[in-house]
Amino acid sequence: MAKSESEMTWKDLEIGNIVTEPGSARVYESGTWRSQRPTYDFKKCIKCGLCALYCPEGCIGPDKDGYFEANMYYCKGCGICARECWPRVIKMVEEVE
Amino acid sequence: MVTRVGMEVSLALADAVKLTQPDVIAAYPITPQTHIVEHLAELVADGELDAEYMPVESEHSAMSACVGASAAGARTFTATSSQGLALMVEVVYVAAPMRLPIVMAVANRALSAPLSIWPDHSDMMSVRDTGWIQIITENGQQAVDNTICSFRIAEDQRVLLPVMVHLDGFTLTHVVEPIIFPEQDAVNRFLPRNRFPLPLNPDRPVAMGEFAPPFIFTETKWAQEVNLRNSKKVITQVWEEFDKAFGRKYTPVEKYHSDGAKVLIMTMGSSGETASVAIDELRDEGMNVGQIRLRLWRPFPFEELREAVKDADVLIVMDRALSFGGPGGPFASEVKAALYNQSKKPKIVSYVISLGGRDVTVSGFKDIIRKGVEIAEKGSKNEYEIYGVKE
Repeated sequence: MAKSESEMTWKDLEIGNIVTEPGSARVYESGTWRSQRPTYDFKKCIKCGLCALYCPEGCIGPDKDGYFEANMYYCKGCGICARECWPRVIKMVEEVE
Repeated sequence: MVTRVGMEVSLALADAVKLTQPDVIAAYPITPQTHIVEHLAELVADGELDAEYMPVESEHSAMSACVGASAAGARTFTATSSQGLALMVEVVYVAAPMRLPIVMAVANRALSAPLSIWPDHSDMMSVRDTGWIQIITENGQQAVDNTICSFRIAEDQRVLLPVMVHLDGFTLTHVVEPIIFPEQDAVNRFLPRNRFPLPLNPDRPVAMGEFAPPFIFTETKWAQEVNLRNSKKVITQVWEEFDKAFGRKYTPVEKYHSDGAKVLIMTMGSSGETASVAIDELRDEGMNVGQIRLRLWRPFPFEELREAVKDADVLIVMDRALSFGGPGGPFASEVKAALYNQSKKPKIVSYVISLGGRDVTVSGFKDIIRKGVEIAEKGSKNEYEIYGVKE
């Protein structure tokens, strides 16, 4: 795994900033961009997976019980999953500290 | 046997490119660069040069193709001028931080509007901050030699940067000059194979030109800056080795009767040779005047320049470009910046001359030097002087 954001210096960069390690963007925590977060009422969930198909970040997947949930390390809080969820399982709420 | 032939400089530069045995040439023709790429296309078509010649649909495509070819590890050449350079500039910016050792000849020509096909340095100055190494030549021999040196510099593992070789359009590209051509064997010994360390290769996948978020972007730019600044040492070494192999020496700042001279005229490009004749004549008349010719524009040779002018009282700096609404000529502006914090510094007079191909003759340079000395003594309310404008 590549060094974390805070550890990387200019001397750690490959020539021409070439990325030699596949999947290196996985360390990048896009979840810090979020101003809203999805909440779930799984009683209504029919496990259709539409939210996962529409998620532009590709960060939604089924948990061990088959309910779909976003990985909050990557979720940017765009709300597309909540808009597409027709059984109205997902509701966006303000992100608070 | 080393041969000396009379030849149009554009064709000579193309033959110098042939001696470096490039893998890929991607170019779009534009006056006054046309003869360079026409001749290269001819050499490839006739089977004299085993390279891929890509006749692309624009300069933007030319540089894009060069970036791709160079990323795959190919020795890559292109050439352009003026509007063509302006069109490709988006991709020109990409080549340097990606560390791609592309070599490009730039036949310097004024930028529109109004349309001009004639030489000045406005195109060269427009790409000053793209991160390329920029070498300036004054005659055909220098253009040939520095084309060969440029590949060696660009591909050096300590450098890995693109290089522009500047030669003034028409006054250099289209004149016939005596050229000494190095032999193929000697060029092969001087210029090892291009070995880009991390080329595009399906067996060893890499991602190039990737996205850099704010947490790392500053670091990428600092790495680029350190790399370009450090390249000066290698450039100087390559020029020294070229001298050992071929007997012609280049330095970042070249002096002509400048040691001990109290007045120095500073030039870049082909007009420097006309200025040298003016220096000869003024010295014959008893004036203690010399000349500094800039060979390396980027990285800017701060130390060499400060050393070269340390005993002078007056510097008269010639620019063939104008920073509109700004300090005048870019060269003079940078000379001033390089000397401002020095405890002892000469008076600096900035002259903008020869825009869009208007010749300044020997008597013109003598006139400029005499007026420049007068301005240095009396002072001037102008940021710079523009020479020969019709009032």
